[in-house]
Amino acid sequence: MSVLVYIDTADGHIKKASLEALCYGSKLAGQLQTACEALVLGQAPGDLASLGKYGAAKVYQVAGDALNQYDAQVYSKAIAQAVVQTGASVLVFSNNVNGKGLAPMVSVRLKAGLVTGAVALPDTSQGFVVKKNVFSGKAYLNLALTTDTRIIALNPNAFPVSAGDGAAQVVPLAIPVEAGRVRVTSVNKASGEVPLTEAETVVSGGRGLKGPENWGMLEDLAQVLHAATACSRPVADAHWRPHHEHVGQTGIAISPNLYIAIGISGAIQHLAGVNRSKVIVVINKDPEAPFFKAADYGIVGDAFDVVPKLTESIKKLKGLS
Amino acid sequence: MKILVCVSKTPDTTAKIAFTDNNTKFDTSGVQWIINPYDEWYSLVRAIELKEADPSTVIHLVTVGGADAEPILRKALALGGDEAIRVNAESHDSFYVAAQLAEVARQGGYDLVLAGKETIDYNSSAIGGMLAAFLDLPYIPLATKVDLKGSTAIVTREIEGGEEVCEADLPLVISCQKGVAEQRIPNIRGIMAARTKPLTVREPAASPSLTQVVNYELPPAKAGVKLVPADQVDELVRLLHEEAKVI
Ligand SMILES: Cc1cc2nc3c(=O)[nH]c(=O)nc-3n(C[C@H](O)[C@H](O)[C@H](O)COP(=O)(O)OP(=O)(O)OC[C@H]3O[C@@H](n4cnc5c(N)ncnc54)[C@H](O)[C@@H]3O)c2cc1C
Ligand SMILES: Nc1ncnc2c1ncn2[C@@H]1O[C@H](COP(=O)(O)O)[C@@H](O)[C@H]1O
Repeated sequence: MSVLVYIDTADGHIKKASLEALCYGSKLAGQLQTACEALVLGQAPGDLASLGKYGAAKVYQVAGDALNQYDAQVYSKAIAQAVVQTGASVLVFSNNVNGKGLAPMVSVRLKAGLVTGAVALPDTSQGFVVKKNVFSGKAYLNLALTTDTRIIALNPNAFPVSAGDGAAQVVPLAIPVEAGRVRVTSVNKASGEVPLTEAETVVSGGRGLKGPENWGMLEDLAQVLHAATACSRPVADAHWRPHHEHVGQTGIAISPNLYIAIGISGAIQHLAGVNRSKVIVVINKDPEAPFFKAADYGIVGDAFDVVPKLTESIKKLKGLS
Repeated sequence: MKILVCVSKTPDTTAKIAFTDNNTKFDTSGVQWIINPYDEWYSLVRAIELKEADPSTVIHLVTVGGADAEPILRKALALGGDEAIRVNAESHDSFYVAAQLAEVARQGGYDLVLAGKETIDYNSSAIGGMLAAFLDLPYIPLATKVDLKGSTAIVTREIEGGEEVCEADLPLVISCQKGVAEQRIPNIRGIMAARTKPLTVREPAASPSLTQVVNYELPPAKAGVKLVPADQVDELVRLLHEEAKVI
């Protein structure tokens, strides 16, 4: 009957997105008057008992050589087993890159109804209905999960993390795992950068910046804000910036607290990827740019003039200069 | 080499999003339908490139949809698919759709099954993984590069904050996103050839649905932008700090 939350530890640390999923699961467990438990596969980062602070009563830990590397097929089988063994009735994932691989596979193995991209707690007053994003952030769908076991993949940045007191009981869970068929041959990570989907602040540039050589001022601004950098599609297509920075309908969808769009016109396909940001700031020299209609704050002006001033002003605010 | 490319039909990216029947149905009036961009630009074009490298490759396209999905199958044939299959069913339940695709995949004995990262209407990002689970095949989600070396696939996939290169022996299922290939425009020869390429219709296999659409909602409108003059950047910073509380 419990709520089981999958904790993604792919890089040896617990991701913020997983803590969001855990806080969501804990709230849901309260709503269903049951326990919230967490599940960790493979080599686990140090202090799992601390997951109690986010609402986990127990943390199940499944060990096995095959689990030391993410393999959606192997992981999904282990997670499905864990759901059966722990008797969970709701399984929660973060809808992050790893969760997107796992949730659908577990759904088929358990024949459990799945909602991906959830943005709110389920309405359990009549059945089990979850609100999710559809049409690239332009609408919501309330989807009923009509099975006894249910799976929710929660959108990153859709639920706040709050920590309290408490320590979880860490319990080893024995699950036989088969060897995976996917071999990882190399990993290429931009070290030190904030991953785009997890970033609370994103500084984004468009074709208005004229060329890749002008990104220095964006990076300076991103640095003072501890922000990730993003870009519009033509910018990535022209190889001014790497593909993984492309946001929009056909790129990455993000929902940071603050999105600063610089020299981006605000085409409907761009907005589709960023319209769930809590606050949008637009800097564009064209007062007619469509982005202003979707913005909370704006400056009509030349980015080359405004952006360095903005960086300086924020430095002042933060006592950095 | 036999490749199955899953394609779905989605509203054009500029389509007006509105609902009818007490907000329980998407309003399709006036909507232009396109091939889901992830399927068209990335999985299909990559399959075509693999066929160009090895002309013995056969590309099958499959969609689960009504007769109104046939134009997008014809367009996909025009781009370079060899044969198209339409499973005659309409559903918004990912499990049901994946069950239909799995049936087609089993019957065809494919070496590689490609899906898009997600459809731009329902944004589920679920079909690829579900299909892999139905077929009990390895699944590499969110690929940004797909290569073949003999019977091994070499795939780069997105991970949080970077990329990972992995290998797996065929058969397997991959979901494709940006990076895998570049958009192509069908040419006249392709369009002519597509008219006579086989498009078969199959009836759906029995499968349960695990979800049900209750209704849709539109997000509340924005309050409107607060403009700050370009020479008062400090004022913008103050607003972001004190009013919006985001810095
Ligand atoms: C099917 C489809 C899918 C798409 N998917 C995406 C997607 O996922 N993401 C995406 O971004 N796009 C996408 N697009 C493309 C989209 O339609 C736009 O073409 C694109 O977003 C425009 O990028 P941009 O705003 O950088 O460039 P532009 O539209 O060229 O805008 C540049 C802006 O910079 C401003 N500017 C110029 N100089 C300055 C200056 N010195 N200071 C300040 N401002 C300045 C200009 O006023 C202008 O508003 C898609 C298109 C299609 C058809
Ligand atoms: N009705 C459908 N018919 C065929 N393929 C589909 C269908 N729906 C989704 N797909 C495939 O699954 C991918 C992911 O879709 P989704 O999981 O629905 O977001 C799409 O990019 C398509 O490749």
